[in-house]
Amino acid sequence: MAYRANILISSAAPGAQEVEQALLDKIYEHHLDNEVQVMQAATLGPQLQGVELVIYPEGTHYVHLTPEDARVIVEEHLLKGRPVERLMFKGIEVEPLEAPASKEIRVVLRNVGKIDPGNIDDYIAVDGYAALGKVLTEMTPEQVLEELKRSGLRGRGGAGFPTHLKWTFARNAPGDAKFVICNGDEGDPGAFMNRRVLEGDPHAVIEGMAIAAYVIGARQGYFYVRAEYPIAISTLRIAIQQARDYGLLGENILGTDFSFDLEVRMGAGAFVCGEETALMQSIEGARGMPTTRPPFPATKGLWAKPSNINNVETYANVPQIILNGGGWFASMGTEKSKGTKTFAIAGKVKRTGLIEVPLGVTIREIVYDVGGGILNDKKFKAVQTGGPMGGCIPEKYLDLPVDYENLAKVGSIMGSGGFVVMDEDTCMVDIARFFMEFTQDESCGKCVPCRVGTRRMLEILTDICEGRGQPGDIERLEAMAKYIARASLCGLGQGAPNPVLSTIEHFRDEYEAHIYEKRCPAKVCKPLIEYVIDPETCIGCTRCARNCPVNAIAGKPKQTHVIDPSVCVRCGICKQVCPVNAISIESKGKLPEA
Amino acid sequence: MKSLEELQKIKERALERRRMSAEGVRVRVVVAMGTCGIAAGARDTMTAILDELEKQKVTDVAVTQTGCIGLCEYEPIVQVQIGDGEMVTYGKLSAERVPALVEKHVVGGEPIAEWAIKQTA
Repeated sequence: MAYRANILISSAAPGAQEVEQALLDKIYEHHLDNEVQVMQAATLGPQLQGVELVIYPEGTHYVHLTPEDARVIVEEHLLKGRPVERLMFKGIEVEPLEAPASKEIRVVLRNVGKIDPGNIDDYIAVDGYAALGKVLTEMTPEQVLEELKRSGLRGRGGAGFPTHLKWTFARNAPGDAKFVICNGDEGDPGAFMNRRVLEGDPHAVIEGMAIAAYVIGARQGYFYVRAEYPIAISTLRIAIQQARDYGLLGENILGTDFSFDLEVRMGAGAFVCGEETALMQSIEGARGMPTTRPPFPATKGLWAKPSNINNVETYANVPQIILNGGGWFASMGTEKSKGTKTFAIAGKVKRTGLIEVPLGVTIREIVYDVGGGILNDKKFKAVQTGGPMGGCIPEKYLDLPVDYENLAKVGSIMGSGGFVVMDEDTCMVDIARFFMEFTQDESCGKCVPCRVGTRRMLEILTDICEGRGQPGDIERLEAMAKYIARASLCGLGQGAPNPVLSTIEHFRDEYEAHIYEKRCPAKVCKPLIEYVIDPETCIGCTRCARNCPVNAIAGKPKQTHVIDPSVCVRCGICKQVCPVNAISIESKGKLPEA
Repeated sequence: MKSLEELQKIKERALERRRMSAEGVRVRVVVAMGTCGIAAGARDTMTAILDELEKQKVTDVAVTQTGCIGLCEYEPIVQVQIGDGEMVTYGKLSAERVPALVEKHVVGGEPIAEWAIKQTA
């Protein structure tokens, strides 16, 4: 029997079965099975492009098909003889991959992506452990501290405390047993700098910790790494074992009387365990809750012994400072913030990723030159730095040089270096609510201001986002923020109000639109928006109605469809499936009820 | 190891090994295997490279891994270097692109320009 059309389908592609089934079902439904033959070919052409079809005799080539596409092809191409232009193969699609000529200066990351982290020889080949050798054989602890002081290195965990001072306190604290701890509990959403260092160059951190141990007089160290980083943990364990095998950890390192060993402890996922006192509680096996400071860890830390705790990145800087000198390090950066910093660029930018740049680089350079600008060429709205305790920095500060002091001046923090970029489609009230939800959820509950305060602030923010905002809410938020920041025990509570305060300061108009006009200017907050079908554009294809999960859309085929806002759950599926872009989001707002 | 001299010896040995001619290595292939790379399919890419080399009976290639090079958006990232020549960095190198990569670049010596990450000003 002769067929009028033969179809080849790329049966090896993932999802091909579903597409083929949809195709066959539709063919049977329209009784085309005597006219059309479907045959399986493993692949069609050299460039795999999802599930593909070729329809002969014309040889029309369709690519990246879903089951729904297959149904459309049957109805349009096979039944009506109208090839579906938008699904056709349009030449070999190779996405151009571009990266800017790097503005990076790599200190912390100098080996990451260049050496094999699973092989200690690779690290030694690039001067690994030479700094430890130099420290142990040529330098006194005082000389190391002097070099660190000259370098101006400050804690990379976020607070920016001078590292040489921290080490000095731990060194001078009386005690027979002391500990060094590495804080690898990188919990900020969108931050993954520490993971990259631990996974890519674990020995640099080990070496930095060994140097710290030599300076303060410790012989035992702990890595505290969150369990969400399994690759980092296994890489670290391999690295520690290799260092032990070479005698670079253990007794009498390099033939000196310095002995030091390391252990990895996994965090169980609580955000507050990134706070140093909570982290030490967690290492001891207790519930991760912060304790009051003073006493500071330098005098009474892990197991009540003097302890030095630094971030992954801080330790990774140390060997380089020893080898190249403090002056070299201090030649980079700004007046008070020396050296380089790693940033994780995430959010609405074209190229997400990780960079290391000298401090003092502007936000614009990070977002546009490194990140490639805003996704889909939308407008930049704000950048959130420093994680959930940081603030949102608006467009007017795009040219602000990034360092510890400048970020603090505009209501944000350096934090561990998270850099979440937001575009014009982001609602700043919703963002503030999101971060408050995070901190409220992660509050350990030990102190009242944080436990109760974050909950109350979240309630007010939720009310505002859902159209129940009251006049006076903004002022209430500001007052609560002040008390929570002042009275909380640890950095989590002290920093929790930052996203709210900074968004109120820079985007007060958005709060007011939500509260007084019940309107969400960015059209994000679901209770304040409506999906609307433009009757002029709608072609009555019924696709939206068929895809609506709650049957909120009414309309006959070929007639204009209408969405019932009282049924609609604002899921946005109709907008995604509409072939003619007839559906838009509106947030008209309403006057306050009398 | 009990002295600085021994550390120095290990360093020299490691540097020697990196000079590829020493051990009959003609091509170096490096797969970025950080969490970002693995999440994007670097393990599949790595397996595909090893399989393909075996299938094509290519033995003068050293395949190693490294951490994240910073362009997480473009993972899986694979770097290929022939001899002491320039290292070519490929982005979005999924397992299905591996046979062509091995055939054209690793064996044939011709980089595939359109899959490489271009550096812009």
